[in-house]
Amino acid sequence: MPIDPTAAGTVLPPTTMAMEQGRLRAFARATGAEDPVYLDPAAAREAGHPDLPVPPTFLFGIELEADDPFGWLADLGVDLTRVLHGEQSFTYHRMAHAGEVLTASPTIASVTSKRGGAMELVVKQTAVTDADGAPVADLATTIVVRNPEVAH
Amino acid sequence: MTALTDHPVVEVGTILPPLALPPVTRTTLALFASASGDHNPIHIDLDVARAAGLDDVFAQGMLSMAWLGRLLTGWLPQAHLRSWSVRFQAITPLHARPTCSGTVTAIHDGVATVDLQVALEDGTVTLAGQATVTLPPTT
Repeated sequence: MPIDPTAAGTVLPPTTMAMEQGRLRAFARATGAEDPVYLDPAAAREAGHPDLPVPPTFLFGIELEADDPFGWLADLGVDLTRVLHGEQSFTYHRMAHAGEVLTASPTIASVTSKRGGAMELVVKQTAVTDADGAPVADLATTIVVRNPEVAH
Repeated sequence: MTALTDHPVVEVGTILPPLALPPVTRTTLALFASASGDHNPIHIDLDVARAAGLDDVFAQGMLSMAWLGRLLTGWLPQAHLRSWSVRFQAITPLHARPTCSGTVTAIHDGVATVDLQVALEDGTVTLAGQATVTLPPTT
């Protein structure tokens, strides 16, 4: 069943996450980081940071801390086994560091049908803000839903 | 004589120091799942991957984007990164050895555009994208 195009504009529940030193270090290690700025708070301070920096893509994970991070897709009637992550973008207003509490506020920006419905694109835009509500970054995620049974 | 500075001169055509990754292991995928918060079992549970008709698990797309992040922050401090976007073009299989690369394609008013990609040994481009970075002032 095609995704309801009027879902565009739907505001999804926000998720708040504390930027913890240990989790940031685990992320840095899991991605093979060797730069001490991302591993050692003392090295980070020496480089002018108040604490370990939040790496550029870590912010993507804030929404994944929700109890049911893909529930919004299921609510659209999307079969999660047909979903691919098509594109991802980040625009930064400032860097974030360990010790901050950040909130990700997503909105469904658009729903587009391609190839006569064989492929649907859902774009989600997420504003990440700090504890004062000031902007930290804006994310855009394009999700591709494949509908192979639709002839095209 | 050219003085050694913190930041090399950046011009159109400048190639970023490439980042060659070691072979992707199951351990890498498990650690990244946990650290990134992406717990999709298709990347960490062979039973789930097989039930989905795949031969094996494969790497998270955001792991490759994180590697590209390392490419960028290894070149310039992270505060210089203004915006970037990538397209996920192909999966990264287990044991693949991805290499991240970047080339400066434009510079306007101290802001550089960098074309980015992650490629496997067989030439498959798994991720392609573009970043906008603020260049450090030249002395």
